[in-house]
Amino acid sequence: MKVLNKKNLVILLAVLVVYGGVQAAIAARLIPPFYSVNLMLICVYVILATSLNLINGVTGQFSIGHAGFMAIGAYLSAIVSVKLHGPLGAAILAGGIVSAAVGFLVGLPTLRLKGDYLAITTLGVGQIVQVVFFNTNYVGGAAGFTVPRTVNWTWAFWLTVISVVIIHNFTNSTHGRACISVRENEIAAEAMGINSTKYKVMAFTLGSFLGGLAGGLYANYMYLIQPTTFSFLTSFNILVMVVLGGLGSMTGSIVGAVVMTVLSAYLSQFPEWRMVLTALLLIVVMLFRPSGLLGTKEFNLGFLGKKGESRAA
Amino acid sequence: MKKIFAFLTVGILCLSLAGGCGTTGAAAGNGGGGTIKVGGDLELTGGQAMFGQEAQNGIKMAFDQINAKGGVLGGKKLALDVADNKSDPGEATTAATKLVGDNVVAVIGPMTSSLVAAATPVVTDSKVPLITPSGTNAKLTMAAGGKVQPYIFRPCFIDPFQGQVGAKFALGTLHAKTAAVIVDQKSDYAKGLADTFISNFTAGGGKIVDQEKYASGDKDFTSILTRIKGTNPDLIWLPGYYNDDGLIVKQARDLGMKMPFAGGDGWDDPSLFTIGTPAALNDTYYVDHVANDSPDMVQFVKDYKEKYGHEPNAMSALSYDAANMIINAIQTANSGDPAKITAELDKLTGFKGVTGEITIDPNTHNPQKKAVIKENKNGKGIYLTSVSPS
Amino acid sequence: MGHVLREGLQQVVNGLSMGSVYALIALGYTMVYGIVKLINFAHGDVMMIGAYVGWLATSRLHMSFVPALLLAMASCALLGVIIERIAYKPLRNATRVAALITAIGVSLFLEYGNMLVASAQVRSYPPVLPSVSYKVGGVYLQYGAIVIFATTIILMILLTLTVRYTKIGKAMRAASFDKDAALMMGVNVNSTISATFAIGSALAAAAGVLYGAYYNTIDPLMGIIPGLKAFIAAVLGGIGIIPGAVVGGLVLGLTESAVSALGASTWRDAVAFLILILVLILKPSGLFGKNVREKV
Repeated sequence: MKVLNKKNLVILLAVLVVYGGVQAAIAARLIPPFYSVNLMLICVYVILATSLNLINGVTGQFSIGHAGFMAIGAYLSAIVSVKLHGPLGAAILAGGIVSAAVGFLVGLPTLRLKGDYLAITTLGVGQIVQVVFFNTNYVGGAAGFTVPRTVNWTWAFWLTVISVVIIHNFTNSTHGRACISVRENEIAAEAMGINSTKYKVMAFTLGSFLGGLAGGLYANYMYLIQPTTFSFLTSFNILVMVVLGGLGSMTGSIVGAVVMTVLSAYLSQFPEWRMVLTALLLIVVMLFRPSGLLGTKEFNLGFLGKKGESRAA
Repeated sequence: MKKIFAFLTVGILCLSLAGGCGTTGAAAGNGGGGTIKVGGDLELTGGQAMFGQEAQNGIKMAFDQINAKGGVLGGKKLALDVADNKSDPGEATTAATKLVGDNVVAVIGPMTSSLVAAATPVVTDSKVPLITPSGTNAKLTMAAGGKVQPYIFRPCFIDPFQGQVGAKFALGTLHAKTAAVIVDQKSDYAKGLADTFISNFTAGGGKIVDQEKYASGDKDFTSILTRIKGTNPDLIWLPGYYNDDGLIVKQARDLGMKMPFAGGDGWDDPSLFTIGTPAALNDTYYVDHVANDSPDMVQFVKDYKEKYGHEPNAMSALSYDAANMIINAIQTANSGDPAKITAELDKLTGFKGVTGEITIDPNTHNPQKKAVIKENKNGKGIYLTSVSPS
Repeated sequence: MGHVLREGLQQVVNGLSMGSVYALIALGYTMVYGIVKLINFAHGDVMMIGAYVGWLATSRLHMSFVPALLLAMASCALLGVIIERIAYKPLRNATRVAALITAIGVSLFLEYGNMLVASAQVRSYPPVLPSVSYKVGGVYLQYGAIVIFATTIILMILLTLTVRYTKIGKAMRAASFDKDAALMMGVNVNSTISATFAIGSALAAAAGVLYGAYYNTIDPLMGIIPGLKAFIAAVLGGIGIIPGAVVGGLVLGLTESAVSALGASTWRDAVAFLILILVLILKPSGLFGKNVREKV
């Protein structure tokens, strides 16, 4: 398969059009601030949702503490950019790397656990991360950490694109296939010679890395980060995006992230209803369409190309 | 099937984008007509939801009253455009951005200091004034380099003042020589009050014998109280919020600890006595903005109880004053232009609020106000003395 | 020296009081898990609803303590059955993770639904439990703590006897062991599971009312942390094992008290979660459980 086939060219073109369009609109001051904040949030949540999907959907593990890794990325990048005066790129990368390291250390022992036990463990990890930042005066404790806004649309957009491409390529690589086999039947996968722990930890570490990147983006855009920002509710929100879009579908996670962020923005006028509706939405999806909007399928541009060729994707 | 879902997805994407564009236009068209919109960046849900809801009540009452009198600028009604900041700093930024996009002439809230800090860059970029009714952290109105934040105002005194008043009162009136401090680890406010209390108390010759921490929302404080009991201080300085304060004092009394407690304006709420018991809360004191039984407050308390069925607290009163400061500024400027409202707020002098006379210092944007000290006696916070800024 | 000893003893008493609250909540949690194999994430929130019903009954309907407690238990039993029928039953054959996601959804729905109905305001209980404390050898014992401790032990015994010796208890164990076989042996699995949820939720409600009366404050989000702590207690004791939940709760309470006594009160929650993680990694069957080998 050529890299520059018709399908990839169409996607590249679409990405460039979206980027250029929004960039032009920002330059022309056509986008009111409220919408630009939400555009940024969409980028952050797309990274978070697709990376959580890698863990929960593709590999079939179950994390409900993703906000913890976002927090690690956010705080570490803030330390690099504010305390060490590092450049933005280095700050975000440092956040991602530390987050990945923590993800690796946490994942190694805990990923042996199954389903709901693993879920509760990750919830615990998320809570512990929050407590650690609460008790660390170096990063402001409860008062929070003030970070100047250095992230702009270009950063957010391209980092999102890069993250999505990394996840897409990982999923479609040998490693990704191994992860899927672990999801489908761990015992069978083991019998086929796949080291399931290795792939679970690999997916978890990569997911944590990308979650950390998203945290770094968030911290360097939102002016102020506090431990409470990365509470269980944030983890839950990311989970809803993934479940809504369909566990296992990357494009589903993207759709879920966009829909939930937009929905949340609209419902901010009816705060009492926002959480009730989100909770109901989650229950209804689980009851009537547990596979989410897209299931494990991907929305792709296969119908543009020749039949058979791109269906494999 | 695959295609159907593919189209469904595209449909949702288009809808959400189209929806976005649609309201962009609508928002731009708003703001004129018969109403003037004031934004409320308030804690309606989340940990500090009580503050936001009390504030919303206070602001709405002020607006209803002026609207009943025919509104401002020759018949324009004031409307409160509320955005929930979910008690979260990130959301406070988002909420402020939304309000500014709605073309509000001023923003009231957030109520808590860290959220105000998060909303400040947004309103400053858009040159819209923001009044925080109860953000008492000293740094809020000051920008880097000691300059005043041009768009941030408040009707309340600041944390260092509360800590200073508390220490003076503990040393002078209560004759305390030793004190223990209990701080809510999750609250910037509590930490600020604790720090200034400690520095003023030790400067005045007192000794801090123990410092304990908790996280707001904890229900069981017996372990830290047992530790303090071992050090037997003359006074416990507890600068937290009333839900925690009531429980802490009650549990301390149940452990046989009889020393006085003192704290800041976070104590001020009628439910303090139902959370703790009136007997347990005897011999406790707090610094406050206003006493509900002061003459300025009588009418407000009466109206508020009539409208909402419960007694107001300092949050509702300060928010009511914040709303009236904006009304006053609109009327004096005779304009709904944010820049002119800011200019009026900047030179506000002798404004008669229900929480006292407010004069904004143009160099710090802090009001010169007295603080009162109240003593809790048999289920009521009774005015004890007032302390002027020194 | 006597002074230090007294302080230490007081911390033990503090820990046991706190622990018996966790234990009380953990009873219902562990029972539901033992029978249905579902982490009922909403358990803490059912407790919260129970606390609100008890509050309504005592402060608005002016009922006395015991009738209010019974009313709360009855309403929550009904609520538990409704939740099971609507949200969990359709997923009985789905993955455990699917059920967990739904349970999280139910949990948030109860929290924020109640916030919509009753507002976020903190409510305080009327003084239904006398605020008395007894001084025994320099150590203070609270009346409320004694009531909670006694209730926990009594309920633990009743629950163990019910599950072991009554007809419904036998049906529960049968359904837990093998649903299909139980069905063939004439056990009505649906009503047995409903009964499990009814009992579990009634226990949660009892915990909620006592919690509200003891700590005096209730709010819509009050169930989250105690719910998680109760879960930790249940896991620590071996999830599904009723006396294990009580021991787990007391151990957790004592540990938290020890952490605070050493001056690290703000790390209390982190330590609790660390215990959870360590137990799950090192001995997932808990203190009292037997290790079960995974079947292919």
